[in-house]
Amino acid sequence: MRNVDSTRHVCGQSLFVDDIVSPQGTLYGYVFYSSIAHGKILSIDFEEALSVQGVKGIISAKDIPGENQIGGIVQDEDLFAEETVHFIGHPIALVIAETFLQAHDAAKKIKCVFEKLPAVFDPREAAKKGDLIIPPRIFELGNINKAWGKCDYIFEGTVENGGQEHLYLETQATFAFPAEGGGIKIISSTQGPTTVQRTAARVLDLPMHKIEVDVTRLGGGFGGKEDQATAWAIMAALAALKLNKPVKIILPRQEDIRITGKRHPYSSDFKIGLTKKGKILAYEVTYYQNAGAAADLSPAILDRTLFHCTNSYFIPNVKATALSCKTNLTPFTAFRGFGGPQGMFVIESAIYKAAKGLGLDPSEIQKINLLNEGNEFPYGQKTLNCNIGNCFAGVEDKYKPKEVFDRIRGFNSKNKLVKKGAAIMPVTFGISFTTTFLNQASALLHIYTDGSVSISSAAIEMGQGVNEKLRNIAANELSINIERIRIDSTNTSRVSNTSATAASKGTDLNGFAVIDACKILTERLKKIAADELKLNKISRIKLKDEIIYYKDTKTALTFTRLVNIAYQKRISLTAQAHHSTPDIYFNTKTNKGKPFAYHSYGVGLVEVTLDCLRGIYEVDSVKVVHDFGDTINRTIDLGQAEGGIVQGIGWMTMEELKWNSEGKLLTDALSTYKIPDIHAVPKEMKIHFLENASNPFGPNKSKAIGEPPLMYGIGVYFALMNAMKAFKPNLEINFSAPLTPEKVLLTLYNTPKHQEKG
Amino acid sequence: MINFILNDLNISTDLPPTIVLLDFIRKEKMLTGTKEGCREGDCGACTVLLGELVKGTVKYKSVNSCLMPLGDASGKHVVTVEGINQKELSPVQATMVDEGGTQCGFCTPGFVVSMTGYFLNCSNLNTDDAIESLGGNICRCTGYGGIKRAASDSISIFENGKSDNGNHLENLISLKFIPDYFRGIKKRLEKISTNHKSVEKKSNVIISGGTDLYVQRWESLVGSKGNLISQNKKLSGISRIGKQINIGSAATIEEIKTSKLLQKYFPKWNNYLDLFGSLPIRNRATIGGNIVNASPIGDMVNILLALNSTVHLKDGKKKRSILLKNFYKGYKSLDKKKNEIVDKITFLTPSKNSLFNFEKISKRTYLDIASVNSSVYAESKSGKISNIHISAGGVAPIPLYLNNTCNYLKNKTIDTETIRNAAEISLKEISPISDARGSAEYKSLLLRQLFYAHFIKLFPQLVDPEKLL
Repeated sequence: MRNVDSTRHVCGQSLFVDDIVSPQGTLYGYVFYSSIAHGKILSIDFEEALSVQGVKGIISAKDIPGENQIGGIVQDEDLFAEETVHFIGHPIALVIAETFLQAHDAAKKIKCVFEKLPAVFDPREAAKKGDLIIPPRIFELGNINKAWGKCDYIFEGTVENGGQEHLYLETQATFAFPAEGGGIKIISSTQGPTTVQRTAARVLDLPMHKIEVDVTRLGGGFGGKEDQATAWAIMAALAALKLNKPVKIILPRQEDIRITGKRHPYSSDFKIGLTKKGKILAYEVTYYQNAGAAADLSPAILDRTLFHCTNSYFIPNVKATALSCKTNLTPFTAFRGFGGPQGMFVIESAIYKAAKGLGLDPSEIQKINLLNEGNEFPYGQKTLNCNIGNCFAGVEDKYKPKEVFDRIRGFNSKNKLVKKGAAIMPVTFGISFTTTFLNQASALLHIYTDGSVSISSAAIEMGQGVNEKLRNIAANELSINIERIRIDSTNTSRVSNTSATAASKGTDLNGFAVIDACKILTERLKKIAADELKLNKISRIKLKDEIIYYKDTKTALTFTRLVNIAYQKRISLTAQAHHSTPDIYFNTKTNKGKPFAYHSYGVGLVEVTLDCLRGIYEVDSVKVVHDFGDTINRTIDLGQAEGGIVQGIGWMTMEELKWNSEGKLLTDALSTYKIPDIHAVPKEMKIHFLENASNPFGPNKSKAIGEPPLMYGIGVYFALMNAMKAFKPNLEINFSAPLTPEKVLLTLYNTPKHQEKG
Repeated sequence: MINFILNDLNISTDLPPTIVLLDFIRKEKMLTGTKEGCREGDCGACTVLLGELVKGTVKYKSVNSCLMPLGDASGKHVVTVEGINQKELSPVQATMVDEGGTQCGFCTPGFVVSMTGYFLNCSNLNTDDAIESLGGNICRCTGYGGIKRAASDSISIFENGKSDNGNHLENLISLKFIPDYFRGIKKRLEKISTNHKSVEKKSNVIISGGTDLYVQRWESLVGSKGNLISQNKKLSGISRIGKQINIGSAATIEEIKTSKLLQKYFPKWNNYLDLFGSLPIRNRATIGGNIVNASPIGDMVNILLALNSTVHLKDGKKKRSILLKNFYKGYKSLDKKKNEIVDKITFLTPSKNSLFNFEKISKRTYLDIASVNSSVYAESKSGKISNIHISAGGVAPIPLYLNNTCNYLKNKTIDTETIRNAAEISLKEISPISDARGSAEYKSLLLRQLFYAHFIKLFPQLVDPEKLL
């Protein structure tokens, strides 16, 4: 059966927020925002803007009936700036007009006078000044101070990584309709409908039950609509309530890139200690996270950096310190990997530097330090069903990395201007929200009298295929034709108190909730079947392929008939189930516990070719053995792996956020911020599904897949380093991602002025 | 009235010709399959097909509807994803679903339209070309794996299913690549009146392909009185008269790229122009627009500078000519009067003992604007340069002709030392600035490298890369 969402997509029939038919009288909002990075608003004059034809109003902080506060983890973010602006793009007002162009035109006529204040853009500078979002976080294992003495070699270094723009193809979008009784309905392109609802309640001073948030699908999220969709949704709601008209806000691409949050840039220091043979004994690391001007999700992201500071390796002595530094850039936010990639990039850099120091290939150090069953992570959890070794062995067996390295050595000795490089990238990623209480979800399941089934859950479909996976799960559980099942929109009136669809947990949490709801209904239906068939052993009744079986023998009773009998007998054909991940906990004082339901594992082998004359490169191949558990849907999982890899490669290579000295983003359009196109992807991508990998902690023994593959992209960085080193053996080893053609060329030809920071 | 066919529907509209086709499709016709992703021709979510009568057949090309003035649809067949939909999925649609070529679905209609356009345009199918036709479409979800597999599978479906005696269009219809109404489009286009008023007498702006103008100032162009010149037949065409090549200012980059005449003189011509924008951009962008746009990093201008081209301007009956290298006066400032338009561009056919090379480096190889580009045209005899023209883009406020460097190289014999000296001279002629496309330091280094690349490539026997680097 074809994926029903995909089928609509290819016909252009899937409705995104801007595709919904606008009722007559719909107004359009345009955000007016700060043009300076830090300063006081001395005066603001809307008069001329208000006189523009079609303009219906301008709302700002003074129009807010409730609190001017949208901060989640930390209460430090206003919806509209009042006295002070903290970054270029900080919203100040919303212009509402009959057309988008009128609103846009009017916004240009707002006269806002600022007094500039000193601005900080460098996280280390912010840390020095003590401008931290939260107090420093420290994870420790063993005894780092004692360990250094046992090491034969110690290497230190600095690592810079850039941010990353999500570049979901559908920009931030929201449509708000006034509802009766002073309520509001918000259609939003958000990963977190409850976040929108809760925050709107606070800003609008309404009880949550008067706010309905509905989400059909997102044109891509990647974390960029977890917290960052909220502001626009509330602005539209505020305007709709004030003007009593539907109000739509669709951010134009350039505004979306300029003013919304992105992946965090980090600057980090590492110190790694090893034995002669390359066994890692000690690892100390300090992360300076550039959080931007407000907390957003930064503290949670900071924690995940710490959770993944040792990636796939067992290191007995670890001290990892993380600082979330407040700067005058747009508040950085969730992005696929959620701080994990930043943590992994640093440990891989440390291993690379150590390997070059020891005269080893980095893969040798990687291999002998891989996690084994029962090894302890710095946060206290021990590995269970650890598959990293199996994945590594799988890569060795299938893709023969040793032969690849040899072939490359041969190639490089024969070619002067073109060099090849290869690298291995292991990935171990913990699955669960590390904020334990978020690991809950619900599902609401209706069976209608024609036998069709509607499921509502907390999951948001954003391309990751959760809807189809939930259909697969329900069809399997109810043993009915998948065509009967429809996944409804995610709606706060149908499913309450949802966690955002994030942390790769959408299918796990909602899948289990769907299974539970299906079980409730099948149990109910079996009882009725027993009555109907006059059988007393309910345990021997089975629903299979839409037929009721007794002791493995077909009866004449069908699913639809049974449903109708239930209805006639006045039995509810609706079930609601709530699922929470069992047996996870984390103590944020000791920073120990068991935060993850399980881990996801995989290993990738990357090969690149570098044009050393021009400084440009191609990714020849990415070959992976990945642990998908028992896959629920192979096409979807393969797509998640391939898509994640390419996004990770983009982050490591061409995706570059550049700000000028005033904190203005220079790469604020698709013409300057480049993501991989169809030519830029690896010429060959091989994804092998690890065998015998049933996961007892996932729905239908599956594993989460959303985030982990992104981190294979990190391998491209080190493959390129190797290619560069082949051209220039005395290459000074610096770690600064993305490794753009610019950085490559400047590094190869070593112009001393060059001190680019990610 | 602007008359055209939108999918299966005849359209007559008196809306301003300067509104963009995308807004007409989405807002006026409520066909929401076509998406707005960037409004700068860089994502392809708004891709539609434009069918035009050419020598008795309908030729389709993909275009970015976000950058195309509605007036230019006059007399054409505009195809959106809805115009491809049939009762069952087309092979392109079905393989996109089955191979995981779609995830969030926002970019997907653009891919389906581009890929269908590839099948409409080409009967000699191969996966590489099919992928090339998708160069203007960006997907953030899939990593393109599923999309490539879908392209390959679709080709197999066509090859295995086509009837050898059927014509290409009939094959596409019978295999459900396109609905059968396509069969009648030719006759319907022949009947459509195209004499709408695209030229406003008191126009305040001249719009050619619009691929840059609508990016720069969409808001002010929409609904304005624009003079749409890209469909002006008098300004089109590529020809050779004696030793002179003439390119009409409304010739599109794709026409120039695929010109057999130009490919004959420049064997790598097609490869050079692969690096210009994307197929839908090249299908609309014109050479005249590329010249007056005056971008210091224009690719076509860079090539034309090294061919020592001449720009021919006209204002009604008044005509004059100027060497392209003298046409640029400063950043976005031209030796052109307000009412003058570029009529054509000309250059001499390359001599037998000449060599040509074009180099372009950008952050992303395809569909990106150059950090630095450079072209060289050199005539030489046994290693001695008799005539040379070199251009450099992205290193000055104007598309630069490297005057001093060329003077230095004239009558010199090529060797490693000469090239090193020439490169040093070139670096004194430039004034790069740091911006989103690279630091000034990088651009200088890059120009040097591209300069070296020219001569390593063109004179491999005379230049030793080991010594040069």
